[in-house]
Amino acid sequence: MKAKVLLSLILLCGYLAAPSARADDAAPAVPAACELPPYLLATESQLHKVAEAVTSGKPLEILVVGSRSTTIPFSEDSSYPARMQAILKEKLPPSETVHVSVEIQSKKTAEEAAGTFVKLMEAKSPTLVIWQTGTVDAIRSIDPDDFRGAVTDGVAALQNAGADVVLMNLQYSPRTESMISAPPYLDNMRVVAQEHDVPLFDRFAIMRQWNDQGQFDLFSPSRGPELAKQVHDCIGRALAQFVLDAAHLGSAQQQN
Amino acid sequence: MTIADQVTGSTIAGTAGAKPAEVKSVDAKPRIAAPAITLPAIGERELRLDLFRGLALWLIFIDHLPPNLLTWFTIRNYGFSDATEIFIFISGYTAAFVYGRAMLENGFVIATARVLRRVWQIYVAHVFLFTIFLAEISYVATSFENPLYTEEMGIMDFLKQPDVTIVQALLLRFRPVNMDVLPLYIVLMLALPLILWSMKWRPDVTLALSALLYAATWEFDLYFSAYPNGFWAFNPFAWQLLFVFGAWCALGGARRMSRILASPVTMWISIAYLAAAFYVTLTWYVPQLSHFMPKLIEQWMYPIDKTDLDVLRFTHFLALAALTVRFLPREWPGLKSPWLRPLIVCGQHSLEIFCLGVFLAFAGHFILAEVASGPAMHALISLSGILIMWAMAWVISWYKRVADKSGVKTKNAVGNADLAGGG
Repeated sequence: MKAKVLLSLILLCGYLAAPSARADDAAPAVPAACELPPYLLATESQLHKVAEAVTSGKPLEILVVGSRSTTIPFSEDSSYPARMQAILKEKLPPSETVHVSVEIQSKKTAEEAAGTFVKLMEAKSPTLVIWQTGTVDAIRSIDPDDFRGAVTDGVAALQNAGADVVLMNLQYSPRTESMISAPPYLDNMRVVAQEHDVPLFDRFAIMRQWNDQGQFDLFSPSRGPELAKQVHDCIGRALAQFVLDAAHLGSAQQQN
Repeated sequence: MTIADQVTGSTIAGTAGAKPAEVKSVDAKPRIAAPAITLPAIGERELRLDLFRGLALWLIFIDHLPPNLLTWFTIRNYGFSDATEIFIFISGYTAAFVYGRAMLENGFVIATARVLRRVWQIYVAHVFLFTIFLAEISYVATSFENPLYTEEMGIMDFLKQPDVTIVQALLLRFRPVNMDVLPLYIVLMLALPLILWSMKWRPDVTLALSALLYAATWEFDLYFSAYPNGFWAFNPFAWQLLFVFGAWCALGGARRMSRILASPVTMWISIAYLAAAFYVTLTWYVPQLSHFMPKLIEQWMYPIDKTDLDVLRFTHFLALAALTVRFLPREWPGLKSPWLRPLIVCGQHSLEIFCLGVFLAFAGHFILAEVASGPAMHALISLSGILIMWAMAWVISWYKRVADKSGVKTKNAVGNADLAGGG
């Protein structure tokens, strides 16, 4: 009897291991290709102001409001906002001016960040604001309801100031998964995005996809900036694609 | 000779953890003066409870690990409720069963003392797990410096003021991720004497009061505050409903509901609800499907709140339970099959196995992060974790059997909290 149990467990083990082994084999064939299934970049919400700016040839001013995970220490040019700017310039007609600026709200919760938005928008008046938030709230385990309220207020402030908004959620960080509870914050950002018809760039799901498919090993303890640079490059590309899709800027406006 | 024995009644040979039946309790029963509650007749140990609590323990363990293939076997992917609901309900059921009998036979004070003894055990277990968590997080803090995650390392900030953090942890106010269930259970167990005393008086009124408290929680936003900010991840004011409902079922409610449970109307409502819930969860994983979800329903439904035990979660659990009771009768021979033994044995030592599961989840995270990762390793860790839980449960059962054989005479009247476990 014991042997039967053992055998079946071994078989189950083999069965579970089999597909993963294949995934490992396939990974090096397209190294760090930033590939993603289309649904991770799909959104129903639209970026009207971005579309208008590009079709009428006005400059596209993008502001990324983020936190420490928006940048890579000592390698600003490789961080995802810089990469997004480069890709957007590549994809949009050469006549189009694209400028991405970054506002780092280090160690600020969504509520604290949202409090600065009115002044920030007066100073910068961007076409599009990409608001990346949630990590600090998750680390401090802020009440998810309060978090939702803060994100709602922040989105409303940005929209009232006349900008299109994209929400970006937390990083997928497997190392700290047992210490930081991300799901309530992911869920609440999804709810706010849905309620306000704002596109949500699901950074968490995207990075998890890369990790699961073996494109990146996000468990890596490496202290060098290489992994961070590659991941940010892929995020920048995905984000550029996401913005263009949400603005319905199809191939007509794109160079390639 | 213990309380649990009397509940257990005559055991099936080899049923781990259960001890020889006591005849005394059978004649003790009629002497109880017109009780408002009725304890089910002495019979065989209710293996379904052990089975599902064991299952809940395995699922909680898997859910505490990073998502992997096995995660797809956990019920939270197929509906609103998850293993926590099963666990708290069964804990309420068994706690009422064991300590309710103690209260009827020995009075309020003795029963309360026994409950408090159990609460102390759970508290010590919680503090033990917290120590392990501290060890893990301190190690990761000093060894992990990937520039991609500088921000996430902010979680280590609390290590800078251990004086406050550790005191808050002892007060159950600072609770790291995945350590929320035991504090909830401690609070519910502390309330148990009151619940039982009230149930002895009027079970239905008690249940109604519990539902009222649940409603008040939603209406007035009652909560337990946590450190450094926020609130308990499982709000005891809301989750008590499931616990009290479990107690109510144990003390005769289940029998009175049997006609409702047996009705085909209940069955079809449950099936329809579970199917609808399944469809909704499907839209989380296959976003294309959400086109077919009316926006109005989405706005009404979300967010489905786990902290305050959303009504959708509670009803989902009820539907699951109704179908389980209907299609898995108490006498189902499969319950005695060796294939289900690992689950049942784990369910019979729930506090120990729960703590072991939390520890193994920490250890699993650690191995994945420090030694090797990859899906194969992941699956291996999940499976070994379950095997270790099974082995540990088996050893505990074996030890109890041996110890009881040698110490029956001296171990008089020491509350055996196994059945009420559920830690």
